[in-house]
Amino acid sequence: MIAKIAMASGFALILIGLYGALTHRNMLRMIVSFTIASTGVNVALVAVGWMLGRTAPILDAAVPVTEALQRVIDPVPQALVLTAIVIGLGVTALMLAYAYRLHATKGGLDITDHTELKW
Amino acid sequence: MSSLMLAIAAFTVLAMLAAALIATFSKSLSASILAAGLVSLLASVLFLVLAAPDVAMTEAAIGSGLTTFLFFFVLARVRGGDND
Repeated sequence: MIAKIAMASGFALILIGLYGALTHRNMLRMIVSFTIASTGVNVALVAVGWMLGRTAPILDAAVPVTEALQRVIDPVPQALVLTAIVIGLGVTALMLAYAYRLHATKGGLDITDHTELKW
Repeated sequence: MSSLMLAIAAFTVLAMLAAALIATFSKSLSASILAAGLVSLLASVLFLVLAAPDVAMTEAAIGSGLTTFLFFFVLARVRGGDND
């Protein structure tokens, strides 16, 4: 049940972020929407790996190595999301750098002012 | 215990969707950036409920803290030429 709620919220966040990125003209607002969509993808991925009645994949006194296979959640989706969060920061920084350069050349944040790649 | 986790997850999800809608439809760009940071922070709480504490730590530090800082860093340099 928790996994279903988290999965639904993840996809709702993806849709909200996509809507914002498609409808806004301010470049910074578009990047904010991309950040929200990225968070939604991460939530959906972690929800895929969740299993009922199991604990975090940390081997210590509470979870011995011999019983780990029965009591621990699959750590692979979590590792993927851990990488995706850091890559998301890099992508956001790159988009912000592009927005800053476009602002410096044209003096505005409106994406419709930049028509060089339109046809 | 399980019903408590379910209640925490439901409350977090509702707050997260409300913050995402605020981030999308708010008039002020600063409020929009802060609401996006709040979405990341609540997502880290959800990761903790989903038994992923390492992902929760990273999301709170990088997704919520560093990304918000980056947005305000660029916003301070961009202000002046544009109204919003």
